[in-house]
Amino acid sequence: MVLGRVFEDMCAQMYYRGKMFGFVHVYNGQEAFSTGFIKLLEARDSVVSTYCDHVHAVSKGVPPRAVMAELFGKATGCCRGQGGSMHMFSAQHNLLGGFAFIREGIPVATGAAFSSMYRHEVLKESTPNGLDVTVAFFGDGTCNNGQFFECLNMAQLWKLPIVFVVENNLWAMGMSHLRATYDPEIWKKGPAFGMPGVHVDGMDVLKVREVAIEAIARARRGKGPTLVECETYRFRGHSLADPYELRKPDKKASYAARDPITALRKYILEKELASEAELKDIEKKG
Amino acid sequence: MLGIVRRKVGCEVFSAMKFSLALRKVLPTGSALPMNYSTATKEITVREALNSALDEEMSADPKVFLMGEEVGEYQGAYKISKGLLEKYGPDRVLDTPITEAGFAGIGVGAAYYGLRPVVEFMTFNFSLQAIDHIINSAAKSNYMSAGQISVPIVFRGPNGAAAGVGAQHSQCFAAWYAHVPGLKVLTPYSAEDARGLLKAAIRDPDPVVFLENELLYGESFPVSAEVLDSSFCLPIGKAKIEREGKHVTITAYSKMVGYALQAAEILSKEGISAEVINLRSIRPLDRATINASVRKTNRLVTVEEGFPQHGVGAEIGMSVVEESFEYLDAPVERIAGADVPMPYAANLERMAVPQVDNIVHAAKRACYRSVPLAATA
Repeated sequence: MVLGRVFEDMCAQMYYRGKMFGFVHVYNGQEAFSTGFIKLLEARDSVVSTYCDHVHAVSKGVPPRAVMAELFGKATGCCRGQGGSMHMFSAQHNLLGGFAFIREGIPVATGAAFSSMYRHEVLKESTPNGLDVTVAFFGDGTCNNGQFFECLNMAQLWKLPIVFVVENNLWAMGMSHLRATYDPEIWKKGPAFGMPGVHVDGMDVLKVREVAIEAIARARRGKGPTLVECETYRFRGHSLADPYELRKPDKKASYAARDPITALRKYILEKELASEAELKDIEKKG
Repeated sequence: MLGIVRRKVGCEVFSAMKFSLALRKVLPTGSALPMNYSTATKEITVREALNSALDEEMSADPKVFLMGEEVGEYQGAYKISKGLLEKYGPDRVLDTPITEAGFAGIGVGAAYYGLRPVVEFMTFNFSLQAIDHIINSAAKSNYMSAGQISVPIVFRGPNGAAAGVGAQHSQCFAAWYAHVPGLKVLTPYSAEDARGLLKAAIRDPDPVVFLENELLYGESFPVSAEVLDSSFCLPIGKAKIEREGKHVTITAYSKMVGYALQAAEILSKEGISAEVINLRSIRPLDRATINASVRKTNRLVTVEEGFPQHGVGAEIGMSVVEESFEYLDAPVERIAGADVPMPYAANLERMAVPQVDNIVHAAKRACYRSVPLAATA
């Protein structure tokens, strides 16, 4: 999480100094579920994301150097500078992008899960440790979109090993979730399509982890998909070029007080799981 | 008295006198509008032009409404609809959820019943999510219903490459939409184009695809009092000769018009007089103006930002072959974007989009000036 936060802060610095360009969307405040989910995955599992994908890439194991180089458009970037901030791909790490069109990643992720199931059922590949799992990350704005519903249905129909993770930060660029969605409780859409729907506090990495353990295990055992709604908050604007902030400062402040990194830090120190010095070490490494 | 009238961001400097003289020569052939260009004294940006056109049309006709992502409270993703929510209220300026297929379809249905929606796509790349409605329920309905249903809808938004926004945000869709009978496709360049063509599009009884350009939104252009009048309108299907010339015709649309004009300036210093045509309308294409120009100059360079295969230049080239073959003294030169998804890295992006140099070299090739082909991109 610390690495993710530091990485994104550096992106912002570079962008505002004119060294990075185009559309850059940073993840500050949302690290808990990227870490909470991805750190439980194995190398053979897949992750599909949206344009806000730097931290997903880094969590999945793409070297931060390669991600940063990609943002600078360098040939040493994970996509040789051809993809850019919004299009992180790594076949080696099973990171399938990086899609600028929200909702586009969801069918792609569902397809990845389909291939995992197909290899087991049709090609009869042995899977002693369970199926390969796919985790699809997307935002609240996506949840009104037709492709999302189509995939919820098909994933459940075919019992695909996928976890749909909604990063509900209450804002789709400048559009408040409450203005765009008649029934704002996204987790409810899971049971409407026959799968479990779970709501979790996305600012608490340990709570997210609990939910993630169960959802990923379900998928691995071939029990089918889960919809997880993580309530969270975007500390920065929609993108680094987005100065138009419609959010109220007091709301921002209340979420800042629930910063996942600070919360975990407090938890660790309270439970004496590590010392202050060890934590400082981690932060320095990030 | 007459100050220097300058277009920002371009490198041309016109004195006001020279500008008005140039304008008087620039009457498009066969135009029915009374051309009365007074000396331009005001400059507005393309953004202001679009905003004022929307405002005036919404004010004149209560059936006109605007729909799209972030058009209301956010004042428009690129601030094109700034102030309209305050003025016309949430019933006429609708912030939609992220559901292009849904809201494009809703717009079409509303248009079937005589409302006049202006549907904004945050970029035309996102129109791919709604393309079924644009083509199958908007473009084809008038024909399929034998004229019973008309669809007075406008689909507008930025099109083509911006800067560093990657492959999924940079495609030009002019050729895609211009392929379809039942659609009109417009590509404004200047502030005058933006105002006149958007008003024409909104007033038009048929579906119009209105392709703006993000990088042009902030550019200023001089406009006459006539352009600023609320009744101002440009005819759909008429190109504009931006610069008269006699040695080679250069056709372009949208941002490339600016590049073509820069190229023409460079060429004039080398004794090549280029005629620059701002297409303004891709469908219907003003074949009459293009062919009349080629019959005069005998050489043609087509310029577009989009991918080369099956592009706008291909259609223009064929039109000239069909109608003015004997007048051609050289093969048609086609300048287009590189045949590759838009790369993200800045140096690669520069190579993927036509530059002024490419246009200059093409014009010289058409004029049989020796320029080694290897020197061109």
